[in-house]
Amino acid sequence: MPAHAHERQPFVRPPELSGGTTDASVAVVGAGPVGLAVAVDLALHGVRSVVLDDNDVVSVGSRAICWAKRTLEIFDRLGVGGRMLEKGVTWKVGRLFHGDEELFRFDLLPEDGHRFPAFVNLQQPYVEQYLIERARAFPDLIDLRFRHRVTGHAETADGVRLAVETPDGPYGFDVRYLVACDGARSPTRGRMGLPFDGETFEEKFLIADVEMPDGPFGEGPTERRFWFDPTFHPGKSALLHRQPDDVYRIDLQLDPGADAAAEAAEERVVPRIRAMVGDRPFRLDWVSVYTFRCARLERFVHGRTIFAGDSAHLVSPFGARGGNGGIHDADNLGWKLAAVVRGEAPEGLLATYDEERGRGADENIACSSRATRFMQAAEPEAWGFRQAILALARSAPAVRGMINSGRLSQPCALGGTSAVTDGGNGTIAAGAPCPDAPLGGGWLLSRLGGRFSLLAVGTPGPDAAAGLPVLHVRDEAEVAARYGRGVFLVRPDQHVAAVFGGFDAEAIRAAHRRALARGARGAPRRAAGGGRTAA
Amino acid sequence: MALSDALYEDLLAAHRGLDPDRSAALNRMLVLLLATELAEARGDEAGVREALRAARRAVTR
Repeated sequence: MPAHAHERQPFVRPPELSGGTTDASVAVVGAGPVGLAVAVDLALHGVRSVVLDDNDVVSVGSRAICWAKRTLEIFDRLGVGGRMLEKGVTWKVGRLFHGDEELFRFDLLPEDGHRFPAFVNLQQPYVEQYLIERARAFPDLIDLRFRHRVTGHAETADGVRLAVETPDGPYGFDVRYLVACDGARSPTRGRMGLPFDGETFEEKFLIADVEMPDGPFGEGPTERRFWFDPTFHPGKSALLHRQPDDVYRIDLQLDPGADAAAEAAEERVVPRIRAMVGDRPFRLDWVSVYTFRCARLERFVHGRTIFAGDSAHLVSPFGARGGNGGIHDADNLGWKLAAVVRGEAPEGLLATYDEERGRGADENIACSSRATRFMQAAEPEAWGFRQAILALARSAPAVRGMINSGRLSQPCALGGTSAVTDGGNGTIAAGAPCPDAPLGGGWLLSRLGGRFSLLAVGTPGPDAAAGLPVLHVRDEAEVAARYGRGVFLVRPDQHVAAVFGGFDAEAIRAAHRRALARGARGAPRRAAGGGRTAA
Repeated sequence: MALSDALYEDLLAAHRGLDPDRSAALNRMLVLLLATELAEARGDEAGVREALRAARRAVTR
């Protein structure tokens, strides 16, 4: 029984069952963190959506728990970052052990001056609860429909028609776009018969959430601890994370041939945990035995149907790149879909979602596959080399670079992609996510907000340029150190779209058009008469 | 500078008295330490990859 039982979400009879209809432009399938984040982001841009989920409770079990700094910054823009920081457990140091000996530790955020820490650990059900409450703050823009199971969808001339089943009967409705955030086993993807190719790893892993008031971290700071070949679990790897409510996440590598059902049984799990935590009293909260797969859709945009999160790509959990990567999808998609729906950008802008998040997915899959391969050490010579690397790690620090217990989630840099105007000033390159920094008693990212704007650092100029507001920063040390001098075109998802030496209005306009996929010549801008030129 | 016969003697001496498993372990550690030296000396991993390719060619041709 999970320690955190959450309220059931009410079933609401939809207007379609009473002869009415919705005027929402977007249907979001799946009320997990990614789907809810997409809906909230669309609402922040004034776009209506219907969120459908076949269930009426937030997810059972802690599932995704590690939320990275960049993801927290996105959650803050969406309005739930503060709550997550308050409830979650903050950490930044990872410690690596071989046997019972500590090899080294790494600090994921060694500098001060950031609103959010390297990581906050918080069970996925809390994140979903906060996002549901946030979504309910937009009653006119977000229509949450629990126990509404999407059973079919078909593309129409100008959108998508959905078929839905509810406790009160079936109905259908039309939207302009469908965003499929329906998870690893995505029914939307299955219905479309899309191949979901990748690499399956043989190794099985036992994941357990354990409630333990007298925890192994004591009064000390929360850390991520990872063991290769610990005496409590010989020959395998182990991972320990702390969550709020005195809950610990324990991840134990099992044999490839392990029997998943038998290994998940309490009488098998308890002795394994006991070996790890000693005499401390604990209670099993949630257990699962997993094998991992890394896979992705070749394309994330199929006509009017768009995939985000696990429905689009899967990774192993080492590196916390599943949940974080999904939120990065939502961040990238929200403003683009809103701009297309509102007629402010051509449909081609959605192709840049596919391009940019495809790169992100490839990075996440590469990182998590490498980590899993290092842990498995299954290939010829892999075990021998891994033993040699671990044996040398203390005396030859440079060898540590090869030790891979998971490369923790980092945002993807977008340089070289089609909507970014490449360039830089030596400190920051176009395509980078905007670093946060203290600014006037607050934070830079909060000031940038979620719209296109210009940031001018140490570069005097007007308060608006090329039709965009300008945020001037003159002598704040951290902003200057993290950005260098210049004028930065910032996208609604707080990525740098272009870097300029000064206020060149024509160059800024061109970069802005490019960021909106309007092309160098500006099509399809509104013509003087109010009509539109061809895209 | 070319490798010397004295270095060859040292290479054999390092393995003297080891069983095959420990000899193999020594070789792996040697590879890692030399790779570290090479990567640090060249500032990247290109030199290590070049050596890997040359060794692979030598055993597969």
